[in-house]
Amino acid sequence: MLTHALILSAALFVIGTLGVIVRRNAIVIFLCIELQLNAVNLAFVALSRYTGIEGQLYVFFVMTVAAAEAAVGLAIIISIFRHYETVNVDKFNLLKW
Amino acid sequence: MTEVLFVLFAVVALGGAFGVVISKSPVASLLFMVATLASVAGIYVLFEAHFLAAIQVLVYAGAIMVLFLFVIMLLNLGHDYRADLRFGLWSLLAFVVAGLTAGVLAQGFMDVGDTGYREDGAAIAAALDEAAREEGVAGVIAEPLFTDYVVAFELMGLLLLVAIVAAVVLAKPRN
Repeated sequence: MLTHALILSAALFVIGTLGVIVRRNAIVIFLCIELQLNAVNLAFVALSRYTGIEGQLYVFFVMTVAAAEAAVGLAIIISIFRHYETVNVDKFNLLKW
Repeated sequence: MTEVLFVLFAVVALGGAFGVVISKSPVASLLFMVATLASVAGIYVLFEAHFLAAIQVLVYAGAIMVLFLFVIMLLNLGHDYRADLRFGLWSLLAFVVAGLTAGVLAQGFMDVGDTGYREDGAAIAAALDEAAREEGVAGVIAEPLFTDYVVAFELMGLLLLVAIVAAVVLAKPRN
């Protein structure tokens, strides 16, 4: 079952990567990043079963960082939306050259 | 039984993940994400990580997803059904990147077997089960968290405080 869990984790990570690249809605991109974090968490939990409890501790820390990241990221999205009236990432081109 | 449940959860998780990427409405994406998170929590239970499964449902599928939903509601994005998938050269690039990532991950995950990368994997799993019976599922995590990793734990609290203050300052309208 460990190998299957790692394959599932890899598949979820790849789908998350695909979502980050192909979507334009900033909130959905953010959701896909959370999906990638979750895929890594799944690998941590699966491996921690056979290497010790530390893997689960890292998952705990990753979840905390993900919560903090979600709060700050969504605040940034709200702040950008006030300025551009959209969450389409193609419109955020101030740093493009 | 475990295998059947694993396959069930894995199918729901993968289907939900695809739904997140391809559904047009952000609210539908979000609900697919909740399905994925819930089935990943189910897989955590199959790996005897009961505490993390509970945290996953409460914090991730509960609090964080509701935060996303609030922002979608606040910015009134729920009615935006225009397709925002990129096509053409960009999607080709996406598949190349995804394929390379999948290849690298598959390379790393090959030859794991049933007890992981360590020879004493089965013994460690048995020891973890024994510890969970004695200390409870939360105690197994709490014991190292408040001894060896207590500095990291306190820094997590500080990080959350900083993140909350930052979120309030960023989201506050300028006048």
